[in-house]
Amino acid sequence: MSNNMKKEREALFSAKNIKLLKNPVNLDNPITVQVLGICSALAVTVQLKPAIVMALSVTIVTAFSNLIISLLRDTIPSRIRIIVQLVVVATLVIIVDQVLKAYVYDVSKKLSVFVGLIITNCILMGRLEAFAMGNKPWPSFLDGIGNGLGYGAILIAVGFIRELFGSGKLYGYDVIPKAAFEAGYVNNGMMILPPMALIIIGVIIWLQRSKNRELIDKS
Amino acid sequence: MEHLLNLFVKSIFIDNMIFAYFLGMCSYLAVSKTVKTSVGLGIAVTFVLVMTAPINWLVDTYVLKAGALSWLSPSLAELDLSYLSFLIFIAVIAAMVQLVEMFVEKFSPPLYNALGIFLPLIAVNCAILGVSLFVQEREYEGISEVLVYALGSGVGWFLAIASIAAIREKISYSNIPAPLRGLGITFILTGLMAIAFMSFMGIKI
Repeated sequence: MSNNMKKEREALFSAKNIKLLKNPVNLDNPITVQVLGICSALAVTVQLKPAIVMALSVTIVTAFSNLIISLLRDTIPSRIRIIVQLVVVATLVIIVDQVLKAYVYDVSKKLSVFVGLIITNCILMGRLEAFAMGNKPWPSFLDGIGNGLGYGAILIAVGFIRELFGSGKLYGYDVIPKAAFEAGYVNNGMMILPPMALIIIGVIIWLQRSKNRELIDKS
Repeated sequence: MEHLLNLFVKSIFIDNMIFAYFLGMCSYLAVSKTVKTSVGLGIAVTFVLVMTAPINWLVDTYVLKAGALSWLSPSLAELDLSYLSFLIFIAVIAAMVQLVEMFVEKFSPPLYNALGIFLPLIAVNCAILGVSLFVQEREYEGISEVLVYALGSGVGWFLAIASIAAIREKISYSNIPAPLRGLGITFILTGLMAIAFMSFMGIKI
C-alpha cells in the first residue's frame, strides 16, 4: 500500500479511504495474509455468539486506538512509544471489558481471559506501528475499522462452521431438523475441539490463496 | 507435592498454551522457520513467564483483589481495584521484559546475542499475559502453584514451537500445493499436532 501524504483536503470517503476499509477484509486480511492476531482468534470460535462479540470488541478497540495514537503521533517520543501504545490499548480494553460484564455477562464469562488478551493482540500493535504512527486520524480510524472487520469476517466464518457442524446450532438456535438426527445424522464432536479451528483456518487460507494467486508464498 | 507434579504435567500437555488455547500464535508462526531460533525464543518465553507470573500474582493478591489492601489499613478493606488488572499486568510484563533484557545483556552476552530481537518482542506475546490472566481467573493458591504453572506453560510452549520448527524444516522440500504453502500448511500441521496432544487428555499422576 502506498500512503503518500497529501496536503490538500480530500473527501471523507474518497476512493483511497474506501480502499483502506475494504482491503483488509480480503486481500490484506489481518489473519490470513498479515498473520496478525491469531492468538485470540481461534479460542472464541466454538460458537457464533462469542465470535461475534469478540469481533465487535476488537473492531472497536482497533479503530479507537488507531485514532488516539494517530492524534498523538507527533507528541509521542519514539523511545517510549510501545509503552504509550500499550497504555492506550489497555485502557480501551478495560472499558470494553467493563461494558461486556455489565450488559452481556454470560458471553463475557465465556470469553474469559480472551477479552484481556485483546491488549496483546498483534493486530493492534501491528496496525498502530505500521499505520497509525504515520497517518492522519481519519484514515487511521478507517484502517482500524477495516482490519477489525477483516478479523471479524474470519472469526465469524470459523464460528459458523464450528457451531453448525459441531453442535447443529447457529447463534444458539437449532437449525439441523430433528428428522435428520432420527435418520442417523450425528454432530461432529471433533469440531468443538481446539484442533479443528486451526485446520479450518488452514483451509480458509488455502481457498483464499487459490483464488488470489498473488498471495501465494514465494518460498 | 503430588498435585504440583500433576499441575506441571497438565500445563505442559493438556492445557498446552498453543494447542489448547492458541496463545502466542503470532510469534509461533513467524519464528518457527528454523529450529535454532525457535529454541532460543522458547527459552526466552519460558524464562519471562517464570519471572512475570509470580510477580503479577503477588500484585494481584496484595494490591488489586477485592479487599487485598486490608493489610495496609482496615479502612481499605472495601477497595476493589481488580478492574485495573489488565493495565498493571501489561505494565509489569513490559517492565520485566526490559529488566530481563538488561540483565541478560550484562551477565550473559552470548545468550543475549542468541535471543537478540526476540527478547523485546516477548512483551506482546499473548502467552505471557495469558498465563497471568489464567492465574488470576483460576485462583491458584500459593506462589508454588503459580510458579509450577508458569514453568509448565513455558515448557509446553517451547515444546510446541521447537517441534513445529523441526517439521517445517523437514517439509521444506515436500511438494505441497502452491496455495497451501507456508502459512496454510503450518496451520493444518498445528491442528494435527493438537489432535496428537489431545491423546494426553485425562492423564493424572
